[in-house]
Amino acid sequence: MTQKPRKGEHKWAAVVGLEIHAQISSNSKLFSGSQVRFSAPPNSLVSFFDASLPGTLPVLNRRCVEAAVMTGLALNCHINKKSLFDRKHYFYADLPAGYQITQQRLPIAVNGSLTYGVCAGKKQSQVIPKTVRIKQIQLEQDSGKSLHDDLRSQTLIDLNRAEGQLRVDANISVHHPGEPLGVRTEVKNLNSIRFLAKAIDYEIQRQINELENGGEILNETRSFHYQLGCTMSMRDKEGKQDYRFMPEPNLPPLVLYDATSLPAGADPQQVINIDQIRETLPELPSVTRERLVQQYGMLLEHSFTLLNEVGLLEFFQNVIKETRAEPKKVTSWVLNTFLGYLKQQNLAVSESPVTPSALAELLDLLDSRTISSAAAKQVFEELWKREGKTPGQIVSEKQLELMEDRGALEQLCHSMMEAHPQVVMDLKKGNPRAINKLIGLVRKATQSRADPAMIKEILEKKLSS
Amino acid sequence: GFTSKADPQGSGRITAQVIEHLERLALVDFGSCEAVARLEKAIAFADRLRAVDTDGVEPMESVLEDRCLYLRSDNVVEGNCADELLQNSHRVVEEYFVAPPGNISLPKLDEQEPFPHS
Repeated sequence: MTQKPRKGEHKWAAVVGLEIHAQISSNSKLFSGSQVRFSAPPNSLVSFFDASLPGTLPVLNRRCVEAAVMTGLALNCHINKKSLFDRKHYFYADLPAGYQITQQRLPIAVNGSLTYGVCAGKKQSQVIPKTVRIKQIQLEQDSGKSLHDDLRSQTLIDLNRAEGQLRVDANISVHHPGEPLGVRTEVKNLNSIRFLAKAIDYEIQRQINELENGGEILNETRSFHYQLGCTMSMRDKEGKQDYRFMPEPNLPPLVLYDATSLPAGADPQQVINIDQIRETLPELPSVTRERLVQQYGMLLEHSFTLLNEVGLLEFFQNVIKETRAEPKKVTSWVLNTFLGYLKQQNLAVSESPVTPSALAELLDLLDSRTISSAAAKQVFEELWKREGKTPGQIVSEKQLELMEDRGALEQLCHSMMEAHPQVVMDLKKGNPRAINKLIGLVRKATQSRADPAMIKEILEKKLSS
Repeated sequence: GFTSKADPQGSGRITAQVIEHLERLALVDFGSCEAVARLEKAIAFADRLRAVDTDGVEPMESVLEDRCLYLRSDNVVEGNCADELLQNSHRVVEEYFVAPPGNISLPKLDEQEPFPHS
C-alpha cells in the first residue's frame, strides 16, 4: 500500500501483518479432553489440566492437528513434517499456568498464500484478484475469559475458553520505499472487518504524521477506540514484554508423514498422513470459481458473488440442473433478480420463498417463449409472496401467456397505427423514440402479453411497406 | 568455533537492573546479595559449556525428541468439575474465580526496600 505524498514529501509505504486467531471446530480441547461448547456455565468445561493444577500434562488432540494441516494445505502452505511446541510466559489471571503453549520456533505450516477478490470500479462490480502471503500457521492454546467488574474492583475468571470468534490483531509500520522497514505497532481489540480497516488506516496516518513531524514510533501495543476512531497506547509501566520462550518440555516434536514416509505397520490412530488429509479437502473456492467461469461462461465477478453468499452456489446449481434455459440466463436471474430480492428483505438463501425448482420452471416458461421477460418478473414477484402457487398456475391465473396469434397482433398494430397518426408521422420523419411509444401502446393494449420484439418487428414491417 | 558473548560488565557481575528485570518477569524475589552471587556463580558454571565446539551440531531441544507424540482422539472425557476446582479459590463469585482487577505493578527499583544485609 502506498500513501500519496503530502506537502511534497517522499512517498510512504505501509506494511501490514494480521495475526488471526481462529478457533478449531472440534469436540474437545487442544490439550485436554474437556468439551468445546459455547455458552456453558462458567468453569463447567474445565479439566484439572485446564485449571493448571500441578501434575497435569498436555495431551494433543488429533483432530486439531488434522484441522491445522487442512488449513495449511488450503492456504498453499508448506507443511512442516516436524514442528515444535513452546511456552510463552506472561502473568495474567486468565492464564493460570503463567504461560501459554504455542508454536513459536517451528510451527506446523509456513509460507502460504491466499487469492481473493477486491470489489472496485463503478458500482463495485469489478473484481480485482489479489494475493496475500501467509507467513505461518501455528497451533496454540487459548487463555480463559476475564470479566472486569470495575465497580467492585475485581476480575471474574472463566476458564472454559471457548470464545468461538475470529480475533484479529494488526501489526503496522511505515517506511520510505527502498529503505528498511519501520518500527511496528500492534493494534489489538479489533472485532469487525470494518473497524479493522478503520484502525489500520488511522494507525498508518498517525505514524506518518508522527514521523513527518520529527517524532518516533515506539514498538508498542495499541488498542482501537471505537467511538473516537483512533488508536491509543496500551503500554503500562512494566515496559516491553519479554515472553521468555522456551521449548515445551512435556511435548515431543510433532511428526507428520506422507504416503512415502509413512512407517510400515504404524497405528493409524497415531500417525497423520498429509497426503490422506489432502484428499479429504473439498474443492477450494479458487478452483470452483475457475470451473464456474469455464463451464458456464460467467464473468469472474459473478463467480465471486456466487461463492460469497451462503447457499447461493448450491441454489444456482440446482436451478441449472432442472432448467432448459441457458446458463447465462440462469446466472443473470440468480445474481440479479433472486439475490436482489434476498438483499432487499435481508434474507439468507435458506429463507428464500422461491425454491430452485420454482425458478427453474419459470425460466423454462421464459425459454419456451410462453411468457415475456416482463411477465416473468411479474411471476417472480408473485412467487415471492409465498402463496404456494407454481409459476404455471400464476401464469394461467393472471393470463400472462404471450400472444401466440400473430395475425391478431398484426391487426392490433394496424389499428394502433391508425389511431395515432402523429406518432407514425414522427416515426417516418426519423424520430427513433417514436417506435418505442408505439410499441408501448400496443403492449398496453395486449396487457403485456405480447413480446415487444415481435411488436417491433411487425411495426417496422408495416412502416416499410 | 566458540560463541563469544560479552559479559554485562566483563566481570560476571549482574547489574541491579537485570535483577529487577528478572524479578519482574519470573516473579521471584532474589532478596539478598548472596542470592545474586549464587546466580552469578550458576551462570559462570553454565558458561563452561562454551568450551565445547558445537559447529554444525543440531541442538537438542527436548530429551523427548525420539519419542512419539501421543495423539488423543477427539472425545469429551473430562470437565464438569467446577465445584471441585472452585474450592481451590480464595474468593469465588457465582462459579467464577475472583482475581484482582489487573496485574498489580511491582514497585520500581528505587521504591523498593534495600536488600537486607545478612
